[in-house]
Amino acid sequence: MRRGSRQKEGLEGAWVGYRGYLSVTMGDMNVIVCVKQIPDPAAPGALDGATNTLKRDGKLILDDSDAYGVEMALQLVDKAGGGEVSLVSMAPNGETSGLRTALAMGAAKGVLVSDPALQGSDALTTAKILAAAITRLGGADLIIGATESSDGYTGTVPEQIAELLGLPSVTFAKKVSVEGGVLKVDRQTENGYDEVTCALPALISVTAGVVEPRYPSFKGIMAAKSKPVEEVTASDLGITPVGWAGAGQKISSVTEAEARQAGEIIEDDGETFTKIVGFLENLKVI
Amino acid sequence: MTLNNIWVFAQVANGAPTSATLELLTKARSLSSNVTAIIGGDGASAAALGEYGATKVYAINHGASLPGVAIAAALKSVIDGGDTPDLIMFPQNYEGRDVMSRLSVKLDKTVITNNVDITDGGDGVTVVTPIFGGNTLVSTTFTGAGPFLAAFRPKSFVAESAGGAAAAVTAVSVPDLGAAGAAQVTAVHVEETTGPKLDEADIVVSGGRGLGEAASYAMVEDLAKLLKGAPGASRAIVDAGWVPYSYQVGQTGKVVKPTIYLAAGISGATQHMVGMKGSKNIIAINKDKEAPIFGVADLGIVGDVHKVLPKLIEALKARG
Repeated sequence: MRRGSRQKEGLEGAWVGYRGYLSVTMGDMNVIVCVKQIPDPAAPGALDGATNTLKRDGKLILDDSDAYGVEMALQLVDKAGGGEVSLVSMAPNGETSGLRTALAMGAAKGVLVSDPALQGSDALTTAKILAAAITRLGGADLIIGATESSDGYTGTVPEQIAELLGLPSVTFAKKVSVEGGVLKVDRQTENGYDEVTCALPALISVTAGVVEPRYPSFKGIMAAKSKPVEEVTASDLGITPVGWAGAGQKISSVTEAEARQAGEIIEDDGETFTKIVGFLENLKVI
Repeated sequence: MTLNNIWVFAQVANGAPTSATLELLTKARSLSSNVTAIIGGDGASAAALGEYGATKVYAINHGASLPGVAIAAALKSVIDGGDTPDLIMFPQNYEGRDVMSRLSVKLDKTVITNNVDITDGGDGVTVVTPIFGGNTLVSTTFTGAGPFLAAFRPKSFVAESAGGAAAAVTAVSVPDLGAAGAAQVTAVHVEETTGPKLDEADIVVSGGRGLGEAASYAMVEDLAKLLKGAPGASRAIVDAGWVPYSYQVGQTGKVVKPTIYLAAGISGATQHMVGMKGSKNIIAINKDKEAPIFGVADLGIVGDVHKVLPKLIEALKARG
């Protein structure tokens, strides 16, 4: 479509058209994004006293950390000139409101693994579930996750998925592009960043801030309502046991940490900087 | 249970083991007399690793491959060869997380991350994880057979030399990784910083969204320099691109425990508090008197950083 319109622009347009032709022959780019639906982080978190799992009975929203991955996927597909973005997610209660947000941003479809038996699943079981859901979608050129979720923050699931699927992976990606079918990533390190190249298919985990997530448009929100989300159970994917039974760990106690005592709080009257100077003097640092 | 064989994922920077490595080795040797350090590269650091308690080093040269996939594959080959650890301790950082994730799948074992303590009691091996910004501590016990995989936050333990002899080095080769090994590092970039390192500085001055704009961060840097400290940042202004990620203090950034932590224009989101609550003294400046940061501050100034910081900087400069 774009190629046709550019070709009418004369010599230069024909050249642009040729580039367009090249990108079409390189094929579509299909991306799967792993998204988590979490309790609103603005509300104080709580544990269920009976099961010691995070309470997830309220409305779940799309984890902010995952909005970056969805945006990254949409931009890569757009740049490739074809293909689509699909979603995989896992939730105990059939909740789709967070998925709908990602669909409203522009993702085409999703698979939701929803099963009460999933409550208490550890990160490895979660990775097995999501890897199976990815396989159910037929895989993709690129799989994207966040570096860690905002509620559980175990931070291992994307890399575990890569290992389960036999894929190369680049974690902590802060800049991503695909050039000539090769993935190029700036990967964050302790002291800076590494440039990494990788053949596709591959998996990346992206940091917050890698791109600016778009706000869903009204049109996008309306369209998302009718986009397909397939709901499956763990056993549909052939995975047992799940939940606490499969976790390899048990919570032995939950205690309150010793609270830090608040000190002196004063309103600034233009002279409070002297309080700070005095505080530093007392500690012999100035 | 008895931990007869503990492995520690060790890291070297500028030729010396990192502080996180020495902390984990110190803890490991209190749990077992048989501690092995795993290192990417060669065994040049064997003397320092031995001094802190490692008796053996597995050195894995992964070349330009990312360490996660290569080191995990090499460790699996060692385990298949008959040396099976009861526990593998990882630092909670990039490479530690990647190696433990890959290895957990190869061994089909659970991982427990973000820990601050570990005990070996009659009921089994238990790790402690702070949640909800450190207000609640969850103790989790490994079930089933090892190896148990656990990652620990920096500064969870105090590093102490054991005066041990240099560890014996065994080179372990990386098996063929197939398609999973396709990611290759082509260039390394180090973001230069001057002054003390953020996670080692005795004084840290951090800025947040309350600064209003990127240019105001200069005040934070000036103040840090005057106090011979390191500048830090909240996740909000790192995400906004005002300062590099290496400045970030918090759950997904650095954990700091300085003598003095000065938070300028930081409200104190859970994400941030996890990284600085262990500071010995906390000074906070924030416009909103309801900000959570005041709940942990020893000295809290309810005011505008744009008014307080310039006067403070001027006063410190006047002292020379």
